[in-house]
Amino acid sequence: MTTENLPELRANIDRRKLLSAIFAIVGLLSILVGLIVILALVIQLGIRGVPRLSWQFFTSFPSSNPEEAGILSAWVGSFLVMLVTTAFAVPLGVAAGIYLEEYARKDWLSALIEINVTNLAGVPSIVYGLLALGFFSHVLNLGESILTAGLTLALLILPVVIVTTREALRAIPGSLREAAYAVGASKWQMIQDHVLPYSAGSILTGVIIGLSRAIGETAPLVTIGALTFIAFLPDSPFKAEFPFLSFEWLKAPFTVMPIQMFNWVSRPEPEFQVNAAAAGIVLIAMTLMMNGLAIYLRYRFRKGIKW
Amino acid sequence: MTEHSLQLSSPSQLYQKKRLRDLKEQAIQFLLLLAACSSVATTIAIMWVLISESVGLFQHVSPWEFLTGTEWAPLFEPPAYGILPLVCGTLVTSAVALAVAIPLGTIAALYLTEFASPQLREAVKPILELLAGIPTVVFGYFALLFVTPLLQKVIPDLPGFNMLSPGIVMGIMITPLISSISEDAMRAVPVELREGSYATGATRLQTAWKVVFPAAISGISASYILGISRAVGETMIVAIAAGLQPIMTLNPLESAATITTYIVQVSLGDTPHGTPEYQTIFAAGLTLVIITLIFNIIGYFLSRRYRERY
Repeated sequence: MTTENLPELRANIDRRKLLSAIFAIVGLLSILVGLIVILALVIQLGIRGVPRLSWQFFTSFPSSNPEEAGILSAWVGSFLVMLVTTAFAVPLGVAAGIYLEEYARKDWLSALIEINVTNLAGVPSIVYGLLALGFFSHVLNLGESILTAGLTLALLILPVVIVTTREALRAIPGSLREAAYAVGASKWQMIQDHVLPYSAGSILTGVIIGLSRAIGETAPLVTIGALTFIAFLPDSPFKAEFPFLSFEWLKAPFTVMPIQMFNWVSRPEPEFQVNAAAAGIVLIAMTLMMNGLAIYLRYRFRKGIKW
Repeated sequence: MTEHSLQLSSPSQLYQKKRLRDLKEQAIQFLLLLAACSSVATTIAIMWVLISESVGLFQHVSPWEFLTGTEWAPLFEPPAYGILPLVCGTLVTSAVALAVAIPLGTIAALYLTEFASPQLREAVKPILELLAGIPTVVFGYFALLFVTPLLQKVIPDLPGFNMLSPGIVMGIMITPLISSISEDAMRAVPVELREGSYATGATRLQTAWKVVFPAAISGISASYILGISRAVGETMIVAIAAGLQPIMTLNPLESAATITTYIVQVSLGDTPHGTPEYQTIFAAGLTLVIITLIFNIIGYFLSRRYRERY
């Protein structure tokens, strides 16, 4: 190398370093885009919707008069649908996860189930709505009810629950299993008394993430024909006379938060769009709280357990 | 433990206890297997519902007309059943979304793996996760009442319903998906490759772009394909902000319906069970499932390939 092309070389290095520095800024900006969008979204919703958030808004039924309309039937509906979803998705998903991780041999059946779970996670949510419309509503005759909605969303989040359960179980070291076997535990005793309690935190995190997805889902419930104008509450599950519990509410027609918001957004009157913004704030607050809780729990369990 | 474990049980008693336990074990294993099979049952139920209802439609309409017709008007008289306008709407909104999400997601992933400090990386991840957790109906509101008016300031004759604005918002929604899968793929690239690159005098950008990116390409392309299938199946953002008219156009500045918004539109009306209109939404759903299934399978194999590579 001669000294003549040294300045040229310097310039080349400087140019490459400059490009690298420029890319670093571009990279930072591309990450900021996401942050800016969240901020813009929250500020936009806040400015329009916060003045509308009052006690009356939470305790009123929908109405053709935007000032009197509220989200009572929507949030009660969301809550009840989530109850049904949890009741089906958690036992089914955790059991499936345990089978795939602890029991399944490497044969065609487990390969089939595994490909299925991966594939179901990628099926568009509206297709679950078509399943609910064609199967739950018409074949099983469950109608446009809370039970149909809860089942639909349970199927929708099943892959999430299965995958997180498997990840949670995989994180438990084999030595723990061997120790349980060494003192004479059977396979199920080992799982029930040792593996499940240790992985419960991570499984819970996955369940919360799945539910936070379910609570914001609109499309599958639109297809089964969730009504947007529900001016009554489902039958109370608690009764004064024996047997004190009633499941009539499962058959009730319903509306949920995202559907109520969708209805208000699609109306041309700006007053209803204010209601939509207020409903959006409540919805975002719900999902962010659930997501935040999940992130916090995951952080805590990762910190707390060192294998 | 309990007192009976202190007494010596006779071998036959022990044997009986063990048999009981084995029986219980087998019953539990069977129940767990049933739960695992529920996912297979779901897939079968989905395909059965979609195919059986679509078959009903194809008795009135030839599949050829369905796939190649350029007019979609099942609710009019005379009805027309060409799905191409809906496919065009889906393609345009997805293309806009990917034009936003692929550069943003890739650059963000390269930046996070090769440039950013670990602290920044840890701080950014939850924010991206929150972005992915916002309900799509809220994104739809945002597209219609914030992004569209903003775009109208730049493009004055943009209609209130258009495909550009929901496409952009959808792209931002998909970005975390693409960046997190790409990041995992880039993280899996062995550090020796990077060190080799730095040893020859490459800058961070050159290492990131010419070494890490090509080495992780199968994982990165898997993330793009999963992004595509997500965009194709997205419903609420387009249903709120893109309009519901099935117009055959490739211009993102116009309003158009997609496959998913058509299903929403029919569901909002009161369509009786068993009519051709009712069956069209299942045919549309079947088309959607086949499109996303193809992309998901490609993505699945691509992401498996990169896992086994190093």
